[in-house]
Parts: sequence; structure tokens; C-alpha cells
Amino acid sequence: MSSTPAPSTWSASRTRWLALLALVVAGAGFVLITAGGIGENLVYYWGPSELQAAGAKAYGATIRLGGQVAKGSVKHGQGSSLEFDVVDGAQKVRVRTTSVPPQMFREGIGVVVEGTMTQAGYFESQRLLVSHGNEYRAPGDGETVDAEKAIRSTKGLEDVEGTQAP
Amino acid sequence: MAGWAWTRRLAYVYAASMIAANLLMVYALLARDFSVSYVAHVGSRAVPNWVAVVSLWSSLEGSILFWGLVLGLYIGGATYTNRDRHPEYMPWATGVWLACAAFFSFLVAGPAQPFLTIPSPPTDGPGPNPLLQNHLLMVIHPPLLYAGYVGMTIPFGLAAAALLTGRLGHDFLRPLRTWLMLPWAFLTVAIVLGGWWAYEVLGWGGYWAWDPVENASFLPWLTATAAFHSALLMERKGVLKGWTVTLILATFLLTILGTFMTRSGVFNSVHSFTQSAIGPTILVFLAAATLFCVGLLATRVDRLAPEGGLEPSVSRDTAFLLNNLLFVLLTFTVLVGTVFPLVVEATRGTQMSVGRPYFDRMAVPIGVALLFLMGIGPALPWGRASRVQMRQALLPPLAAAGVFTALGLLAGVRHPWTLVALFCGGYTAQVTLGELWLPVARRMRAHGEGLGAAVSGVQGRARRRVAGYLVHAGAVLALVAVAVSSTEGITTEVQVARGEAVTLGPYTLTFQGVDQLSEPHREAVVANVAVRRGDRDLGLLQPRMNYYASQREPIGTPAVRSSLRHDLYLSVLNIDPEGRSIGLHAMINPMVVWLWIATLVMGLGGLLGLLPSRRVHAAAALAAPPAGEGLEAAR
Repeated sequence: MSSTPAPSTWSASRTRWLALLALVVAGAGFVLITAGGIGENLVYYWGPSELQAAGAKAYGATIRLGGQVAKGSVKHGQGSSLEFDVVDGAQKVRVRTTSVPPQMFREGIGVVVEGTMTQAGYFESQRLLVSHGNEYRAPGDGETVDAEKAIRSTKGLEDVEGTQAP
Repeated sequence: MAGWAWTRRLAYVYAASMIAANLLMVYALLARDFSVSYVAHVGSRAVPNWVAVVSLWSSLEGSILFWGLVLGLYIGGATYTNRDRHPEYMPWATGVWLACAAFFSFLVAGPAQPFLTIPSPPTDGPGPNPLLQNHLLMVIHPPLLYAGYVGMTIPFGLAAAALLTGRLGHDFLRPLRTWLMLPWAFLTVAIVLGGWWAYEVLGWGGYWAWDPVENASFLPWLTATAAFHSALLMERKGVLKGWTVTLILATFLLTILGTFMTRSGVFNSVHSFTQSAIGPTILVFLAAATLFCVGLLATRVDRLAPEGGLEPSVSRDTAFLLNNLLFVLLTFTVLVGTVFPLVVEATRGTQMSVGRPYFDRMAVPIGVALLFLMGIGPALPWGRASRVQMRQALLPPLAAAGVFTALGLLAGVRHPWTLVALFCGGYTAQVTLGELWLPVARRMRAHGEGLGAAVSGVQGRARRRVAGYLVHAGAVLALVAVAVSSTEGITTEVQVARGEAVTLGPYTLTFQGVDQLSEPHREAVVANVAVRRGDRDLGLLQPRMNYYASQREPIGTPAVRSSLRHDLYLSVLNIDPEGRSIGLHAMINPMVVWLWIATLVMGLGGLLGLLPSRRVHAAAALAAPPAGEGLEAAR
């Protein structure tokens, strides 16, 4: 249906080489972008000990910190601001958050907070999750919460930060 | 062909025994026979009967039994509909299906063992995971997902048989059309229903989080969609044979990989319930199937030579190629992001995940490009277009593109990617609706028919084409809805005292107090939130907290007020026991309803494509068409 003259025929081998070259270039570029994208958006799953051990590496990275809310550390501030310590038996990290705590939030419970470590020495969090255990019982007194288990239990319970209207 | 007759009989026997096994399990669940290990594991006297039936697929062992049922129905159906067609080819396809069936039977009888008897049965069980009892959608979503997921075994068998017999023409493409479309349509609807369930139940206000479980269902959908398009090009031009077959094989492998990821407990998420020997067994099957596919492709390379050629040109052909490239890139992106944390954990022992921004950053440009291409491709002619043709085809849709963008700007959209998506969405909408409308208009003019007669005439004669564009129309709507709803929402998270009011956009929300509810399988505390918009009283929204006997933590259920414009979405983070205050998460999510509507359109398009086209029927009745010719007629 087209009135244009027959196209100049490309030799099969030339087409193939060009296609191969284009594919290699596109593939390499894509791999670079992907690797960069992943590298910048990793979320580390750490307990307080791992967070302290990471030292300067912890600043700026997105971290999902799991552990137990230390007894007697919860302090409600103005509005919905909240402070508490997350402990794992060996280390503790001070957490500040403005998110509204979930129903089960209280001292001694396993929590996972997502956010970043600040230079000022506290963990700034926008998300606060209570770990969902599969166990069908309340934790006994003096029982410690395994940080790794707590983090695992919230994996997949993703949340999305809604965009604030301008 | 005695062999073929026996293969068919085996397929029917497999289907029948799977139906029987599943009915038996449903009976045990309804009878609360706790001497059956699976019933003891998920059954409960406290749950209503519909929950008892749904428990069939609520946990690992039962879901594998249910997989067997769906596979049985598929194999039985595909064998029956092709019983007197393609006698050289079908026995091989059926053989491959039955090999898969044998593996899943082994999985049921070996590692899963849902029918294991318990010597001292308990008097009652814990019931299924409360999250799965929380919404009626859980009754529909898993069976549809299985119908999509398991159904990909059928195209896999067809592709493997095509390679084994070297019959990559009519024998392969004709059954493929039906048996790729059917699971694809199920999978499409199931993926979105899963999102809908998350939206209605989980309470964080979104429907998609790039969760590994969601990705597991999305990956085969991407490759299957790509396979559709490359199969079309293969049918028309005799090219991309190896590519099409590879996409179909990959689709199947991705369903098995997805099953492994979600069913072995490697990701601990809502959907993966436990750890067991089932995971490693599936992994071995995945490895074996991959080896089979690679080996098959390697040894049959000589049969995959193209019959025709493609010229580099601005044409629909090129658009198809680009489409495939983009789908495969998206598949890789999602696959890498999903598997990366697993690889790191396995090799270095550190736990991490790939954050949402990675997926968004990669998927948004590809998605927008696909949206645009969905408009450009169909606008262009096959082969080679002249400059004039190109101008005539590509310029007019800019009108709707401009209108969509302007409407977005008027509505206050400022997010650059959303505006780009609206532009491309408008462009593609005009092309798609034009392709749907033009044949109808032509027919009305030519035959002097009414609108109804013309529509039915067109969809009867060119059903595949109409179905394709209907799916495209749904896809445009879905992508625009996703773009707008994920960028233009408003959200607030506050602790509200009784009597206190919160303003969100045009709404005023007043917390009025709580009610206690007692239901057979749970207790609930309901927060009464009065909704006003300006002077208008819009009644109560009642987000709630549900308490299950078997679970320490309560599970919130959000309350949603939907309209075509936006959803008002309320969920409670905490409720004070005396009802003095609640932690309220309130959101306005624009255009979400359109995503559900779009999915309905896509599903209907898929179903329409499954009905046989009248013209093909007529041609088949006159004479058996030569390979390729009969297929051409359908376009």
C-alpha cells in the first residue's frame, strides 16, 4: 500500500552485527542503571547492635531497626511526637518519631522502626510497626524480643508514604 | 493413534482424581474432621462454613492440593478441546502437561501430605490466618490467581511441544491463542484483586507496594503480555519464533519461581505462611524445568529460523519489537529488585530489602513509554509508512493528549511524571477509541445499519481485534488511574479525641466515639467518624479493630467512601479502650475506582478474545485453511 520505493536491502550479517551491538550497549546501560538504582535504595534490616557496629556507615542510609521498646523509656511529646529506646539486650538506640503508634505499642513489645540515624545520635523514624508474631500468646514478663525475628515478621507488611498535597 | 488416545485418557483421569481429592478435603474441612492434619492445622469450629471452604487454599499444604485441582481442570479442558486437532502435535503438549502434573502430585503426596492422619486429634483448631478471614475478596482472589498462575502450564506445554516436534506454525499458534489468553485474563484480574484486597484490608491506603509476593504474580504477567505481542508478529511475519517460545517458557519458569518465593517462607510476608520441605522440592523442580527449557532451545535452534524479515522502519512492526524490549526490561528490573535481597542474604547473611523508590524509579519511565507505544503502534501501518502516512496517523491523537494534560493541570496536577502519563494516556486513548469506533462507523455508513447492529457485526467479524483494543482501553485507564492515585493523594495521621474534628481536603472528620461488636469468629471495636463535606452531612465511616481469639495483635479494617473522583479512606492505628481517642490515618486517594473499572474492561476484553471469531469459523467450515492463512483472516 506504500508508494515508496523498495528499501535498500540490508545485508543479513550487517543487520545482525548492528542489532548485536545495540543490544550490548542497551544491556550495559541498563545494568548500570539497575545497579545504581538498587544501591541507592537499599533498606538495611538491623538491630541496635548492628546499627552501632556500622558506625559512620549508618548515617544517611535507610534502616529498618528492629528490637524491643525499653521499659520506662517511652516519652510522649507535643502533638504526636514520641520518643523511646529500642534495645536488643546489648545495645540501645534512641528513637524519635511523629507517626501515630499502632494499637499494640507499649513498653516491652517488639517494634520495627524505619528511618535514618542522625548525627545528633538519635534515630529519626517516619514509620513505626509493631511486629506481628505468629505466636498465639502474649509475651511473658522479662522475655526479650529477638530483633531478627521482629524484623522478619514485618517484612512484606509494606507501607507507603502518601504524598502531601502542595 | 492409540498412544494419543491413552494420553488423553490419562489427562482425564488426572483431572478426575484431583477433583475427587479436593472434594474430599472440602468435606473434611466442613465436617471439622480434626484427625486430618490439614484440618487440624487450619480448621476451626468457630468459623462460618464459607471460611471453612476457603481454608482449602488458606495455608501451604491445602494450596498445593488446590493447585492440583486447577491444573487438572486446565489439562482436562485443553486436552478435550483439542482432542481431534493437531494429532502430530497435541500428544507432546499433553505429555509435558502431565509431566508437570506428576510433579505436583508428588508434591501433594510427598512433602505436603495434607491428608496425613493425626493419631490423637485435637477437639478444635486455630482457624485460618485472620487476615485471610477479614474480607470476602479472599474468596475470589486466590482461585483467580491460581487460575492465572497454574494456567501458564498450558502455554508452556504448547511451546515445549512446538520445539519438540518442530511445528511452530498453525499447530502451535492456534491453541496458544486460547490457552494463553485464558490464564492471562485470570492473572490480570487476580493481580488487581490482590491489590484491591490489600487496599480494603491492610489499611495502609495503597494497593501496590512492590512486595515480593505481588512481584511474584506480576513477573509472569509481564512476560505473558510480551509473548502475546510477539506471537502476533510471529503469526503475521513468521519472525521472532525463538523469542516467542522463550517468553512462554520464561513465563512458566517465573510462575514456578514465584511459587517458590511465596510458598517456601524465604520472604516472611502476609502470604507465606510457614517453612517446610516444600520449598526445596519446588526449587529442584525449577532447576530441572530451567535445564529442560534451555536444553530444548539449544537443540532446536535450527527450527527457529525466521521465514520472513523485518525492515528497520517506523512501523507497527517496530512498535511491536520495542514493546517486547520494554516488557522484558521491566521484567528484569522487577526480577532483580525482588531476588537481590535473597541473594545477598544467602551469600552474606545480611538482611535487607530493595526499597520502593528503586521500583518506582525504574518502572515509571518504562510504564509511561509502554503507554505511549500502545498509542503509536496501532496508529502506524504494518510494513513501511510514508511521511504523509506517518503525519496523518501520528498527529491527530495529539488533540486528546493535549486535552488530558490540560484537564490534569486544571485539576491541580503538578507532578511532572503524572502530566507526562496523562499526555501519553490521552494520545493512546484517542488512537484506541478510534480503532474501536472506526470499523463501526464504516459499517453504519456502508450498510446503513444502526449502532447496535454495527457493533455486534464488527465484534463478530473481527473479534480478536476488538478484544485487543478493549484490553488496550482498559490498560490506558488503569495506567492513568495508577499515575494519578499514586501521586495526587492527600494523607494525614493524627491522634483525635472524642468530639474533635480533623480537616482533610474538602472533608471534616469528627470522631464521635466507639461501639463494641461481637461476631462469631471475632470481637471488634468500631470507631464512629462523622463525615461532612462543606454543609453536607455524608454520614458515618466506621474503621475498626478486629480481635481474633487466636491472635495477640488486633487487625484493623479500614473504611472507604468511594466516588468516581476519589476515595476517602480512613483506618485506625489505635483505639483507646474507653473510646476517648483514636489514632486516625485519613487519606484522599484520587481515581482509585477507575483502576477497578479498568480491570473489568481488560478482563472483559480477554473473555471476548476467547470467543471464536465468526469469520474463522466460516473459513474453517469451507476448507481447512493452510497454515498461517486462516490466522491472517482473523485480523
